[in-house]
Amino acid sequence: MTDAVTATPPSESPSNQWRDVWRQFRSHRGAMLGLIVFAAILGTVLLGPLIWSMDATFVDMRARNKGPMMGHPLGTDQLGRDMLARLMAGGKVSIAVGLTAMSLSIFLGTLIGISAGFFRRLDGILMRLTDLFLALPLLPLLLVMVMLFREPLSKRFGPETGIFILIVGAIGVTSWMQTARIVRGEVLALKEREFVLAARSIGTSPFKMILRHILPNVLSPIMVSATLGIASAIITESALSFLGLGFPPDFPTWGRLLFDAVDQIQLYPMRVILPGIAISLTVLSVNYIGDGLRDALDPRIRGR
Amino acid sequence: MLTYTLRRLLIAIPTLLFISLIIFLLLDLAPGDPMAQMPLTVPPEVKQKMREALGLGEPIHIRYALWLKQFFIIEPMHILDAMFGTNLGGDAQRIISWQTRSPVADIIAQRVPQTLWVVGLAYVVGVAIALPIGIISAYKQYSWFDQIGTFISMIGFSVPTFFTGVVLIIIFAVNLQWFPSIYDTTHKVTGWDSFVFQLRQMAMPVMVLALYNASQISRFMRASMLDNLRQDYVRTARAKGLRERVVVLTHVLRNSMIPVVTVIALGVPTIFGGAIITEQVFKVNGLGQLLITAIHANDLPMVQTLTFIFAILIVLFNLVADILYGILDPRIRYD
Repeated sequence: MTDAVTATPPSESPSNQWRDVWRQFRSHRGAMLGLIVFAAILGTVLLGPLIWSMDATFVDMRARNKGPMMGHPLGTDQLGRDMLARLMAGGKVSIAVGLTAMSLSIFLGTLIGISAGFFRRLDGILMRLTDLFLALPLLPLLLVMVMLFREPLSKRFGPETGIFILIVGAIGVTSWMQTARIVRGEVLALKEREFVLAARSIGTSPFKMILRHILPNVLSPIMVSATLGIASAIITESALSFLGLGFPPDFPTWGRLLFDAVDQIQLYPMRVILPGIAISLTVLSVNYIGDGLRDALDPRIRGR
Repeated sequence: MLTYTLRRLLIAIPTLLFISLIIFLLLDLAPGDPMAQMPLTVPPEVKQKMREALGLGEPIHIRYALWLKQFFIIEPMHILDAMFGTNLGGDAQRIISWQTRSPVADIIAQRVPQTLWVVGLAYVVGVAIALPIGIISAYKQYSWFDQIGTFISMIGFSVPTFFTGVVLIIIFAVNLQWFPSIYDTTHKVTGWDSFVFQLRQMAMPVMVLALYNASQISRFMRASMLDNLRQDYVRTARAKGLRERVVVLTHVLRNSMIPVVTVIALGVPTIFGGAIITEQVFKVNGLGQLLITAIHANDLPMVQTLTFIFAILIVLFNLVADILYGILDPRIRYD
């Protein structure tokens, strides 16, 4: 979304706003550092396997439980699989889960928030629904959902895709509420503004109105909650894997790697520390980016 | 205020009923069968009778109504019986765990003390740390204390508890050997030595959870203090010649505590539900661990009851937070 807007010729009004945002974002030290770290992690996870082409599931029984050495810079695990390759493969899955689950939850949250704010008839029932979801015990329900739907979904789509769909769906369905509330509040305020009245008076249909006038104006809170949503989705996924209810054992994610290594924590603490640091750094950097974005997108703070 | 409270209580009833319906329907889809473990020598018609005895043959709305009756009428009666030695419950059918074949309520009653001790204490410690940190960070905004405080709270907020727990185990249990890595629930406090042991085994789980809770609450405290410090009444108080202590600790603190108190109240249900992971890391056999083992063992009545208890707590403390808000802030009147 941001790319599309900044790509337009910079002289006139709309692009200036995004340049201001970027300037403000750059002045936030934590956010810039977070952006660099997150880009580095993303780069390693996506481009790393091209350079370090060892297979993450290759079992080498003669090189079990090795420390860092020439062939394995981060050592090997209890089946002699290369830790560096496993970390990169795990990161790809963890970040993919985070991004997809975030997109789903943002989509649901925006849809429900805009419908509730824009159409008065839907407001009551949709906000009741939001309150209801907020009153659900989410982590227990996530665990129950994984327990119930793991078998049928992995039968239907194969063990890996099935669990991926299940976890992304479960996280997305249980995390849209905050976004919906924020978006609804913004839409309610926007609806009273003159430009909406003007648009309505020339006969804009509700659908066009939302697409052209409402959605661009609620983009900033959506972006902030999207960033924070990535972080919480990554944490939730690794928590599920840590409780043994996530991805299958031969399918590495950061949470799964940590969970597998906990049994041998006394002998090989590094194997626990590495995926843990990966999760923590990612979440920390994403949270800092979110903080910076919130400051940068707030016109009251911007320009000070 | 009273009418508002009553109205909220009345709204809470359909909410809870709806949540219970969602949980019931969700679990009704479960593929698990309590008869799966029966030996194959049991004839099918006997099996069928056993299924009916467990209430599995009935249509879904009857089973739901029966479950509601068990949960809201029969179980509370049995709890009263256990407390006062009466016999209200008689021999009515209770909610039975498929794992242990004993009433679910009894097992939960055994597990609650561990959770309350470890997780509840962690919450208290977390709040006690968070409030002063939030106050000082806001009062000295952008000082080194504030920078370090916000950084640490960002870390505590971002690093998942299973990782902090594991790191603490590596440092304090494996390398330094100060604390045991596994929580021993059979341990009884009889004298000074056993009390010290109890403190040592509680130290790590409490530290992990306290850090997590403190980082969240201190962020709220800081933001709320900052909001209030910029208000006009603070300038007025200073202009009147009040001492700085009085201005900050009486005028500003009282006002900025209002949202923080509600946040603290809203966080209480997570004491029970959200500590699932920490209990798993340190092998504390509290409620969270009970839920995990029940899920792994496909023990649906247990899962159902626990999830619904968590839901009741959330609804209850939402109500408490709303009412507290009304009591603490005279500007807010619901009527």
